[in-house]
Amino acid sequence: MPEKSVEKLDRVVVRFAGDSGDGMQLTGSRFTDATAVVGNDLATLPDFPAEIRAPAGTPHGVSAFQIHFASRDILTPGDHPNVLVAMNPAALITQLGSVEKGGVVIVNEDGFTDHNLRKAGYSANPLDDGSLDDYQVFRVPMTSMTVRATEEIEGIAPRDAQRCKNLFALGLVSWMYGRPTEPTVGWVEKKFADRPQVKAANLAAFRAGYNFGETAELLAVHYEVDPAPAPPGTYRNVNGIQALALGLIAAGVQSGLQLFLASYPITPASELLHALSRHQRFGIRTIQAEDEIAAANMALGAAFAGKLAVTATSGPGMDLKAETIGLAVAMELPLLVVDIQRAGPSTGMPTKTEAADLLMALYGRHGESPLPVIAPSTPADCFMAAIEAARVAVHHRTPVILLADTFLANSSEPWRLPEVGSLPAIDPDFATDPSDFMPYARNEKLARPWAIPGTPGLRHRIGGLEKEDLTGNISYAPANHEHMTRLRADRVARVDVPDVEVDDPSGEAALLVLGWGSSFGAIQGAARRLRREEELKVATAHLRHLSPLPGNLGAVLRSYERVLVPEMNMGQLSRLLRAEYLVAVESYTKVDGLPIFTRDVMEQVRERVT
Amino acid sequence: MSGNGGDPLPVLTKADFSSDQETRWCPGCGDYAILASVQGFMPELGVPPDKVVFVTGIGCAGRFVYYMDTYGMHGIHGRAPALATGVATARPDLSVWVVSGDGDALSIGGNHLIHALRRNVPLKILLFNNQIYGLTKGQYSPTSEVGKVTKSTPFGSQDHPFNPVSLALGAEATFVARTVDTDKAHVAETLRAAAAHRGAAFVEIYQNCNVFNDGAFDAVRAKGQKEHNQIRLEHAQPIRFGPEGERGVVRGPDGRLGLVSVADVGEDALLVHDAYRSQPSLAFELAHLAALPRGPTPIGVFRAVERPVYGEELQNGLDDRHAAIGREQLEDVLRGGETWTVE
Repeated sequence: MPEKSVEKLDRVVVRFAGDSGDGMQLTGSRFTDATAVVGNDLATLPDFPAEIRAPAGTPHGVSAFQIHFASRDILTPGDHPNVLVAMNPAALITQLGSVEKGGVVIVNEDGFTDHNLRKAGYSANPLDDGSLDDYQVFRVPMTSMTVRATEEIEGIAPRDAQRCKNLFALGLVSWMYGRPTEPTVGWVEKKFADRPQVKAANLAAFRAGYNFGETAELLAVHYEVDPAPAPPGTYRNVNGIQALALGLIAAGVQSGLQLFLASYPITPASELLHALSRHQRFGIRTIQAEDEIAAANMALGAAFAGKLAVTATSGPGMDLKAETIGLAVAMELPLLVVDIQRAGPSTGMPTKTEAADLLMALYGRHGESPLPVIAPSTPADCFMAAIEAARVAVHHRTPVILLADTFLANSSEPWRLPEVGSLPAIDPDFATDPSDFMPYARNEKLARPWAIPGTPGLRHRIGGLEKEDLTGNISYAPANHEHMTRLRADRVARVDVPDVEVDDPSGEAALLVLGWGSSFGAIQGAARRLRREEELKVATAHLRHLSPLPGNLGAVLRSYERVLVPEMNMGQLSRLLRAEYLVAVESYTKVDGLPIFTRDVMEQVRERVT
Repeated sequence: MSGNGGDPLPVLTKADFSSDQETRWCPGCGDYAILASVQGFMPELGVPPDKVVFVTGIGCAGRFVYYMDTYGMHGIHGRAPALATGVATARPDLSVWVVSGDGDALSIGGNHLIHALRRNVPLKILLFNNQIYGLTKGQYSPTSEVGKVTKSTPFGSQDHPFNPVSLALGAEATFVARTVDTDKAHVAETLRAAAAHRGAAFVEIYQNCNVFNDGAFDAVRAKGQKEHNQIRLEHAQPIRFGPEGERGVVRGPDGRLGLVSVADVGEDALLVHDAYRSQPSLAFELAHLAALPRGPTPIGVFRAVERPVYGEELQNGLDDRHAAIGREQLEDVLRGGETWTVE
């Protein structure tokens, strides 16, 4: 057998797609772990239906997982897959459009039955009719080879054996890209330690796939992607939810406050409830409340009681929590509200991303109800954003909305672990002095004392009725309400927000691309490529604080001839910027439930820069 | 001062629990009597006011919190049990009380009430039932009787009302009682039993709204009527009532509860109350003796049973471990999962 040739690549985008019962998310995340261990930079994009098991074989039941890995620093999960693994016709018909021309398509030939072809909407078999001529197609009978590979294992029914075909696919692609087998083998051994037959079947399928790649004449080449240069340190792979959970835990440690999360199950924010519930041994208190409103109120009660209180949800839950967030504004208590934005309105598309809750976060409560809003920019950045949100909430005695999104929540990337000693300190600074205590007196930040129950001599009552300045007694006095309304606004305005940094390497760009939230990767990636490959001059900046906005933002906006704001909504930040700064920013909007891609931003910039 | 650790608790009085705020209910409101009873009872708790938290919702009863010199949260409509659940689970060292009304607890906040009860959160929940919306000036409430003519039901309400005691029992509450605003001794006795209960205690207090629903509870509240109609439930006692205890409750041959003359059946035939029975059926039957307090109506403790208190298991041991969390433990958490090192 001739030695197979090895080709070096600097970046690859692989997309695994199959039925939602085919285990594609598992396949993708195992491949991701093996890729992280190699030391490639990576970014992932899980993309799945909301139904647990949509009708098998149909296009809307397709679940996909995309991973972009490279020997250099990358920022997004990639626009066009170079490789598509399609487990059935529905996966092929729905995913092929995004694959680059000339790209590799590996199909599970066994999945292409007449029945499945019809369900997917094919009138002829695309494997035979020449419609895939633009691609390098590899037909691999994955199901039958998996069944053969597991024949020897006692107690495994053919039906169970077939379910291991995703491990066959994983083995095959692992071989193609020189991924180490140990992480996957170790994972399977641990995961199915109690079920020896299932363990053996999965391992057999994985090895069969790997060996098939190595020995079959079908695939002539396999590839290497060198490790990406990265700053020294210890790394792990995290998705946004994991980073959020770790950030909240760290904020608890940094503040010395017990972390208290009350949430109601909702896609995709339930994952945060799961992640923190697993950490109860670290003193974290989690409650699954009876509804979204209860969750917000429980958290607010815990905040009054002196905890680092958090409630997490997604759009529909934000609607329900609005009144309670307003109460937290009036009570001036630290409360973290995590909103993992998803496509709306109403139930919308629960598993698809969007960033259309910005104006709701800022203004979606009755009355003048200002609060700080912070948005992480990458999955790993969710860690520092959570700590920052906790810091602002505790120091300024205010509810804070942390606006993540479904893409950030599910997407993953390598994360260099921070030095714990370098994390910002958070000082709860509880009130303890009973002399002249007044619950609505204020410090230089305009923050009021946090006097928790049990503190001798600081008994006080707070509520949603307007407070008299200083005493906190109920007051309907006109001048007092005017004063308190302005105080609440000033208090938020005084939150210390760092200046926005502009990346303008040439110093001569006429166009500034300004983003917020998860558009960071696409904007940065697009700017880098346009500068490097097309010698275009373009400046970029990214907002982490949406309320209050950075002090230098107006000056930055005015210093560019044109400002482009790409958003996963109908132009919410653009509106805000126009209103705040009277700058004619240009809006690029995308609301298809998918992240903004690098190519989207590149096109938009090219139209504006010559 | 004592030299062996811990200051002795000073002797507290009603004044220690009374805030300096002027009470602003309508003159003649039943809330005044309840407030005086609660303030009067608090010193008996043996808990300093610094460790007591009152939580209220919206409605006339919501103002209660401002008149107690304790820690207090006046929340939004219906959510007091949820706010209080947060306080109580975050801080098991506190004594947490919820004051709510029939609109607040049974209409907009019904969900939170039933879940606080079924979870057995350590809360004392006082439901001031006046069968009307007072603060919004007189609409029918979820406890108003069918046919009730109010501003929002000019031709009479068609809604079947809740029986709050029955609702609480249905939600698997571990402590359910009923009392009457002006009956000071009975209110105090009921609060005492509620305070002694481990877990959620639900107390319905018939409260007269003299402006929008005056006389709704006259049968069990007005002199000359209450003596005939209050059926005072006492654990392990035969259930009898009337000025001379001349009437009683029996289980009839058809299995249903019925009212009888003691002279007709003899004392031994009377039903004996059992509040500690784990089975809630007797408490249910007693709750349904009177659909509305128009005639003979049971008051007192319907049910008081033991069940694990929400969060207690979790909290035990948690504090120690939490105290141990520091930066080293945080390092371990951050390193959880697969890591790799770049030199």
